[in-house]
Amino acid sequence: MVGGGRMDRVRRNSLLNLMALLLLAGILHLFGRYGTDYQIRILNNMAIFITLSVSYNLINGVCGILHLGPNAFIAIGAYTSAILTMSPMEKQMNYIIEPLMWPFSVLNAPFLIALLAGGVLATFFAFLVSFPVFRVRGDYLAIVTLGFGEVIRVLCNAFQGITNGPLGLKGLAPHTNLWWSWGVAAVTVVVISKLVNSSYGRAMKALREDETAARAMGIDPFKHLLTAFLISAFFSGIAGGLLAHLITTISPTLFTFFLTFNLLIMIVVGGLGSTTGAVIGAALFAWGGEALRIVEQPVQFAGLKIPGIPGMRMVVFSLILMIVIIFARHGIMGRHEFNWDWFFRGGNRAISSR
Amino acid sequence: MTPTIFLQQLINGISLGSLYGLVAIGYTMVYGILRLINFAHGDLLMFAAYTAIYCVTLFALPWYVSFPAAILMTGLMGILLDRAAYKPLRDAPRISLLISAIGASFLLENVALVVLGGVPKAFPRPPLFDQVISLWGLRIQVLTIYTPVITLSLLMGLLFIIYRTKAGKAMRAASKDFETTRLMGINLDRIIAVTFLLGSSLAAAGGIMWAMKYPQVNPFMGVFPGLKAFIAAVLGGIGNIVGAVIGGFLLGLGEILIVALLPQLAQYRDAFAFVILILVLLFRPTGIMGEPLTDKA
Repeated sequence: MVGGGRMDRVRRNSLLNLMALLLLAGILHLFGRYGTDYQIRILNNMAIFITLSVSYNLINGVCGILHLGPNAFIAIGAYTSAILTMSPMEKQMNYIIEPLMWPFSVLNAPFLIALLAGGVLATFFAFLVSFPVFRVRGDYLAIVTLGFGEVIRVLCNAFQGITNGPLGLKGLAPHTNLWWSWGVAAVTVVVISKLVNSSYGRAMKALREDETAARAMGIDPFKHLLTAFLISAFFSGIAGGLLAHLITTISPTLFTFFLTFNLLIMIVVGGLGSTTGAVIGAALFAWGGEALRIVEQPVQFAGLKIPGIPGMRMVVFSLILMIVIIFARHGIMGRHEFNWDWFFRGGNRAISSR
Repeated sequence: MTPTIFLQQLINGISLGSLYGLVAIGYTMVYGILRLINFAHGDLLMFAAYTAIYCVTLFALPWYVSFPAAILMTGLMGILLDRAAYKPLRDAPRISLLISAIGASFLLENVALVVLGGVPKAFPRPPLFDQVISLWGLRIQVLTIYTPVITLSLLMGLLFIIYRTKAGKAMRAASKDFETTRLMGINLDRIIAVTFLLGSSLAAAGGIMWAMKYPQVNPFMGVFPGLKAFIAAVLGGIGNIVGAVIGGFLLGLGEILIVALLPQLAQYRDAFAFVILILVLLFRPTGIMGEPLTDKA
């Protein structure tokens, strides 16, 4: 370090963070202007995945709890925001079998309010389920949260008067653009990093390492796990809203356990417990998911036509997950985080968040 | 509802419940020893059903050869699953083991999807199981009667192995305490392999009967029976084999009777099991027959 005291370093780091954000904004601006639709779509996906995986990692990685139901919160966020942004006309056209229930049929809100409402409702639902969920730990918690994910899907199918059942909602306005998706991703990363580095975050990590010992130190497990759970649900709900207005069509089949499985791959590959890892995992997944389409498409190779194999991508993803968890359990980042001090010291393993 | 219909539904419930019970045994055995939810257990059902289909159609074997062959293959598949996905992680944190199990489950499903295709295959039901008997105005498929009988006989056989043989004694010991069992000179890996062999074979028997009951075989057919069987195992008290079968019967009966008595709830049928699970965990986490759970180091 060049003579710098702690204050200098803090100031330098804030400056660098700001510059990184400006750089990101510049890149987004360039893509927004010159990028193809396909590139923009991948970038949007990437940002939404980053939001989802960083908030999912807060529970699974930082608190060390295997939560398997984020698809429920994403679904709630997606449906809430979609219902709020649709105009009464669109609602009439969508709900052909059973009309939309009264208060929802007239409600209408701008995109930002709709997103926030989705996040708040997801948080509220998370609060409701937290009491049975946090009574148990380990495998039981995994299966209970998996159950909630399934129950929400069943309810989405059954409550035709609210969700339009299996038909889903079509023709949503494509509000999500690069600024929305990356803006939300940046806010998520900042908020969750701040939380993880606070005393709350340290308490969560203590609970992950040894709940009994953490309790003995006066840490209230329920309070801390609940905080993490609610914050995670909030951002998942918002990301659900972004997702809905990116693909413009939602139906219950979109929010199955499969979605959770993809998020699990991202955070495991990135490194369970590392926010940086979650970002890297999500970016790789968004990019790799597209790159791997090759294996499903017919290829012309040296005059030979090799037929594509549908479903092959998922085989590759499952294999990657198993190989990482068995042979490289710590993923790309382990539990380390990117920070500027580490960056400037040239890769010396510095202040890690172990 | 007339008494006849009620009786009919009761029999259906017992039949479905015995299938849940059969699959639940495998969950409970593996959980008892490894403290792991074997997420891929349900997919062994699918594996067994496909193996049986290919034995019958491709190799033109009669069913009484194909079905045992499929059961044996699935048992070996269970051992392979343990060796590949769980054994390398014996000393790893529990969360890694569970993630590996979820990965294994998705891998089996998607390999099946790639290799065998997503189009459901018809299951060749042997004529023996196809008959329908009429009794007091009830029309009952003989399969519906065979299923609980087969389940109970397999349960008896399993209990004999567990309580009357040396391997069974070692299994019971391993479910109490790993280290001490090892100190007694017992080869734990072999005991775990036997556990997977037995549990997976029972799942295979369940899978074949499932495929005869609902003769549409597809790569994802094991997911829901698997989840529900796990819930049955929790309901009966995880780690307890008789409890798993009782839990299976209760869950199957409950599912069928709720739909029969309140048809308007039919669309919530898949959620019913999870509601039961949550209630059990809230009010009696050890299940019906379970002992208090202890953390095994």
